[in-house]
Amino acid sequence: MKKMLVAAVSRVLSGVSQKPASRVLVASCNYSNDATFEIKKCDLHHLEEGPPVTAVLTRQDGLKYYKTMQTIRRMELKADQLYKQKFIRGFCHLCDGQEACYVGLEAGVNPTDHIITSYRSHGFCYTRGLSIRSILAELTGRKGGCAKGKGGSMHMYCKNFYGGNGIVGAQGPLGGQIAEAYNMAALWKLPCIFICENNRYGMGTAITRAAASIDYYKRGNFMPGLKVDGMDVLCVREATKFAADYCRSGKGPIVMELQTYRYHGHSMSDPGVSYRTREEIQNVRGKSDPIMLLQDKIVNSHLASVEELKEIDVEVRKEIDDAAEFATTDPEPALEEIAHHIYSDNPPFEVRGANQWVKFKSIS
Amino acid sequence: MAGVSGLVRRPLQQVSGLLRRRFHQTAPAALQVTVREALNQGMDEELERDEKVFLLGEEVAQYDGAYKVSRGLWKKYGDKRIIDTPISEMGFAGIAVGAAMAGLRPICEFMTFNFSMQAIDQVINSAAKTYYMSGVAAQHSQCFAAWYGHCPGLKVVSPWNSEDAKGLIKSAIRDNNPVVMLENELMYGVPFELPPEAQSKDFLIPIGKAKIERPGTHITVVAHSRPVGHCLEAATVLSKEGIECEVINMRTIRPMDIETIEASVMKTNHLITVEGGWPQFGVGAEICARIMEGPAFNFLDAPAVRVTGADVPMPYAKILEDNSVPQVKDIIFAIKKTLNV
Repeated sequence: MKKMLVAAVSRVLSGVSQKPASRVLVASCNYSNDATFEIKKCDLHHLEEGPPVTAVLTRQDGLKYYKTMQTIRRMELKADQLYKQKFIRGFCHLCDGQEACYVGLEAGVNPTDHIITSYRSHGFCYTRGLSIRSILAELTGRKGGCAKGKGGSMHMYCKNFYGGNGIVGAQGPLGGQIAEAYNMAALWKLPCIFICENNRYGMGTAITRAAASIDYYKRGNFMPGLKVDGMDVLCVREATKFAADYCRSGKGPIVMELQTYRYHGHSMSDPGVSYRTREEIQNVRGKSDPIMLLQDKIVNSHLASVEELKEIDVEVRKEIDDAAEFATTDPEPALEEIAHHIYSDNPPFEVRGANQWVKFKSIS
Repeated sequence: MAGVSGLVRRPLQQVSGLLRRRFHQTAPAALQVTVREALNQGMDEELERDEKVFLLGEEVAQYDGAYKVSRGLWKKYGDKRIIDTPISEMGFAGIAVGAAMAGLRPICEFMTFNFSMQAIDQVINSAAKTYYMSGVAAQHSQCFAAWYGHCPGLKVVSPWNSEDAKGLIKSAIRDNNPVVMLENELMYGVPFELPPEAQSKDFLIPIGKAKIERPGTHITVVAHSRPVGHCLEAATVLSKEGIECEVINMRTIRPMDIETIEASVMKTNHLITVEGGWPQFGVGAEICARIMEGPAFNFLDAPAVRVTGADVPMPYAKILEDNSVPQVKDIIFAIKKTLNV
């Protein structure tokens, strides 16, 4: 095996005069299988002990997390482009910057666990199993979309993923309603992780102007909580595993606050720079970008090479471009479908259109 | 003189024409104002006039309003009068109710009407059942006229153009009762001519009074909010075919000005209603029911017809969305069917 690899590499390199062959050979043969990293300790609320402060990352997982995060990043940037080109309409809330939250979370739970989220849902849509094509085609309102073009950005669902919800608070009530949710979950010891993606702003208002206490992980009150570094995928994963174990052991619900950041404004109609400075955004990109942090870990511990990661980048770009091509050329749903799926399990019935002479058929 | 002979023929119309001419001599010329600007002006004037008036809602202060309706107001009036709230509709709607009970005049803005559903308990149970002033809100994808119009204790207004927006918001602020104002987000950026009388700081549009936007003789077309514009478009098209539509802009949903509609139907003998909301239990249904209960029923030469949104949840894809809301062609079709032409 080793000999074959050497031969292949030297064949490739014969056309490239600059790189010394020996350097590349060493890199391609000496990958570690895994590496151990120190991760930030989580602040705890009503907990004696928290998640571990070290995490093991295998080469396989490293590449998987990298590819997934890069895919979400590129997908969101493509959505930005499509929105500006008017292929996507209505409301569109992008999550670039927050990739570690989605990937880390999925890595810490089982595919059979249930997840529900808010309107900033595209990251979850992908980690939960929807294809890029079906996500982008849903954003462009085509029949190949995961909701056949009828839902748009905030209404995408798949198995064990309940969206995508447009009304703030519908997914895990805010304000008075979240207090009610916390109370009942704790009272009945429901195995539920309440997650706060704390990206420092509620629309255009900084959290310090909207919250009497910004320690969201403590606001479950009697409910234990964790404050997690949401820019480090390993930190998120370990915290999620810890929280999931806590719930599964019957101890009841738990709050997880992920400290993260969104590069875009609240939605596509918010430039995102009237309530925060460009310097702040640049700073986060330069110091805490989740993809960059993972890349550094992978490369510095020899789990993979920079070139390998670049190849993944190329692959991802191609996949996103393909999906965008599909999303902009797939036809819109047929007009006949306008009234379908109003009820479930119902015999077909007639639906009134704009006046009594316009009728549509509704099929479940 | 044209004025005198006009008086003999069409009293109502010509009197208002005379009034217009008089104002024209003394006031500034009409200017183009968008619906958004009109709302802003209306609120600004009322904030200045009465220190008990204040505005609260999400992003209304430092962000200048999610739809920029409250632009500049925070800069002018400061933290005490223009208040950014956390994302807690139920909470701040409740605060608005309490403030009004204590004698203040809150303008409580819901970013979209869908969000107001979180606070509907406060609006219906607290607001409607107690005398005080409440909401200005932007409409989201669906029309909530029927929801709020159903409720005794509330007043519900629905502006179409800039003049409506300004006059109604000022009346709403000065009214001692809870008033729900159904703003249509798609109209915010549309400019309209603001006639001289509407430029006055005392310009008010009475709540509970409809306006005949376009007189006609063959059919009465009643609408509120954005569809009023579509009806006027339809009327222009049909005028070329010799059909003259009388287009009525309801302006107020509750209390409904059924008298203006009745007087019109008694003249034209035909009626269609046009609304953006769903057909079942809607504004059009209410109008038809009331016409049957009153003197105008015997003047109808054909059944009244409703043009509405399609009876489906609002879909996303463009082709589906376009067919879910009443279009000019649907209005023209309905008019011709009613007139049997």
